[in-house]
Amino acid sequence: MGLMNNHGVLERHSLLLTIGILVVVSIGGIIQMAPLMYMDNTIEKVDGMRPYTPLELKGRDIYIREGCYVCHSQMVRPLRDEVERYGHYSLAAESMYDHPFQWGSKRTGPDLARVGGKYSAEWQVDHLIDPRALVPESIMPPYAFLMDKKLKYDGIEDRLRTERLVGVPYSDEMIENAKGHILAQADPNDQGFDYYDSLMALYEAEAGREGTVEARDWDGNPDEITEMDALVAYLQMTGTLVDFSTYEADDLSNRR
Amino acid sequence: MTERIGATRRGNNTSILGVGALTGVFLFLALLMATFSKDAGMEYQALTFMVLGGVFLIATAMWAGGLVDRDPFDESEYENTLVKFGVAASMFWGIAGLLVGVVIALQLTWPSIFYFPELGWTNFGRLRPLHTSAVIFAFGGNVLLATSFYVVQRTCRTRLAGGMWPWFVFWGYQIFIVLAATGYLLGITQSKEYAEPEWYVDLWLTLVWVVYLLVFLGTLWKRKEPHIYVANWFYLSFIVTIAMLHIVNNLSIPVSLTGSKSVQVFAGVQDAMTQWWYGHNAVGFFLTTGFLAIMYYFIPKQVNRPVFSYRLSIVHFWSLIFIYIWAGPHHLHYTALPQWAQTLGMTFSVMLWMPSWGGMINGVMTLSGAWDKLRTDPVVRMMVVSLAFYGMSTFEGPLMSVRAVNSLSHYTEWGIGHVHSGALGWVGYISFGALYCLVPWLYKKKGLFSKSLVEWHFWISTIGIIFYMVSMWFAGIMEGLMWRAYNEYGFLEYSFVETVEAKHISYMIRALGGLLYFSGAAIMAYNLVRTALGHGEAEDLETANDPYAQPEPRAALAPAE
Repeated sequence: MGLMNNHGVLERHSLLLTIGILVVVSIGGIIQMAPLMYMDNTIEKVDGMRPYTPLELKGRDIYIREGCYVCHSQMVRPLRDEVERYGHYSLAAESMYDHPFQWGSKRTGPDLARVGGKYSAEWQVDHLIDPRALVPESIMPPYAFLMDKKLKYDGIEDRLRTERLVGVPYSDEMIENAKGHILAQADPNDQGFDYYDSLMALYEAEAGREGTVEARDWDGNPDEITEMDALVAYLQMTGTLVDFSTYEADDLSNRR
Repeated sequence: MTERIGATRRGNNTSILGVGALTGVFLFLALLMATFSKDAGMEYQALTFMVLGGVFLIATAMWAGGLVDRDPFDESEYENTLVKFGVAASMFWGIAGLLVGVVIALQLTWPSIFYFPELGWTNFGRLRPLHTSAVIFAFGGNVLLATSFYVVQRTCRTRLAGGMWPWFVFWGYQIFIVLAATGYLLGITQSKEYAEPEWYVDLWLTLVWVVYLLVFLGTLWKRKEPHIYVANWFYLSFIVTIAMLHIVNNLSIPVSLTGSKSVQVFAGVQDAMTQWWYGHNAVGFFLTTGFLAIMYYFIPKQVNRPVFSYRLSIVHFWSLIFIYIWAGPHHLHYTALPQWAQTLGMTFSVMLWMPSWGGMINGVMTLSGAWDKLRTDPVVRMMVVSLAFYGMSTFEGPLMSVRAVNSLSHYTEWGIGHVHSGALGWVGYISFGALYCLVPWLYKKKGLFSKSLVEWHFWISTIGIIFYMVSMWFAGIMEGLMWRAYNEYGFLEYSFVETVEAKHISYMIRALGGLLYFSGAAIMAYNLVRTALGHGEAEDLETANDPYAQPEPRAALAPAE
């Protein structure tokens, strides 16, 4: 076969071989990834999505830091049992502001895409402190130490600016008031009182509807804003943003 | 050869200065980052870098100062010392990574005993990335560095290019490993599986990797054989493709140049696609083509037979690397990834079965005429059994990539069992085989310290793998079926935690399997150390000092014309 006999050329020229390899391994990735970057119908048009508030973003950072994604997926598949167990199947739009995504690959614990509001904040705190006190058969690690760690958010403005750089629609006002918004969402009646209205107005306007931002003391310790406050604030909003009353799953534009 | 030594002296001294200067620049940058660090994690990481880089710089300076008139990079000899370091590092990280694996298996089995509420850094979420990175990148990576440096010299009949630069690659890679590992324990991660290290570690690895590519290519450029041997095609594809995957999947913007946190450029569905394009091809090009290169050199060499088919090597090589790169989306079946991408991923995953088995056949059939070695040489047996595991997991993979099967298997322990049959059976065994070959060769011994210890290693580990695989199949299929089970009233039959409880016994068997596999590796480490020391059956070999005069079985390794 001629092709085989000519292979000697590649075996004698290392640069040709290198270029050949690079071309051959590039094709698949380009064809699969490039269209996702520009095709409009990759992400559904939905109502209700907004960027994370600074406190939720910090909570999400703790979720990432502790490796929660190692055991918990955030991707409900459109299968009967999953929709019944976890709720509406996940949409691409729901992770459009997730840099990086947290879909996960393993369910050693249950899916968390729609855990927001499924349990009370008090339950989440108690469960994180000692999972087996609430669920005796659980094999989850304990996260009691989050109660003792004060939330650090010195560079939160830079953080939001970087998120804006990659396309998350944080406004100047959101960035300027980020520290105040953290106080407002974790301690709305005291330290964050003055920022409460601004937090609600800015983020609910972005979401296009009310009731998508919750502010309260999350961890049962109103004296301090801890990492537990942030993590639970994040958990309690996951999967709650999209307004499914206006989402038409059967519409042609949403079929992919 | 004398005239060549004179010509290369100057260049090689430059390489020592170059490595020293580059390391010095990075030590200075690390000092800046430690001084102005935005977070404590960044500070620890910068200090760690300074210690490890400083040790390298001082050791290099002391060693170079003691050289006087001796040429350290004598072109008439192979670079063997570096390969010895690579073998030692492989053993060290292999033992460490497997040990962490056993610990996290025990955590899932007996959480009340193996978790400590006030020690967050010992939790499963931080230790699992430590385990995967340690076994894949630290153990596997060092095996690939050591074997590629060994093989490229022999098959090109020339010393490793670049003088001091290969040492920079080796030590720089160890620094990468330590930064990544300590980073996970400190909670520094970007959460992309098998690409967890943050932006500055990514940049450091990119630099080390580019130097690695140049050292490898440089050695090919001064080869004394007209043809590039097939093992080197595979090594080259591994180095080039990992560079591409690493750079694209780690595109991120640091929040601050002196802080550890960065923000990924891609989000959501695009990020997921990029991640699994990377993730699956880390399997494809790190854990497959790199180790296939080992197969294409060490099996023919150890059994002293030519590669079964030259044409099959060509078909195997190009079809494998072309098809592998498409397979990523099978990790995203039934997710929010558009279905056309899922379908492409599944189609190519099924096609991938063929080149995978083509390679396996090419490796196994190389034993034609030497089948007795399966009985007499436990090292050969280990490598051939690795190919059997390779064949099994490259059949299981396409099966699991079919959407209907995946709807059951995804998110379950079946996936864990699948990767471990590939990792323990294929990657582990072909690596162990290569290490068992390399140590007597490098230390010029007639054989290993003890052949019967290799038998013990083989059987203990094989029983371990079987415990692991079977328990995870059982656990995975069971939980997959329990998640979707309905009772007679049309409700879901099991709560989630009932499915967790049901896996307890499987988890115990898995932990035992892992412990057995770890024990086998410990036996190997003992055997290899005694071999290097020349104990037992590892008697000194009588050879001439010129390694080019050593009987390299050229006929066996040349392409069949």
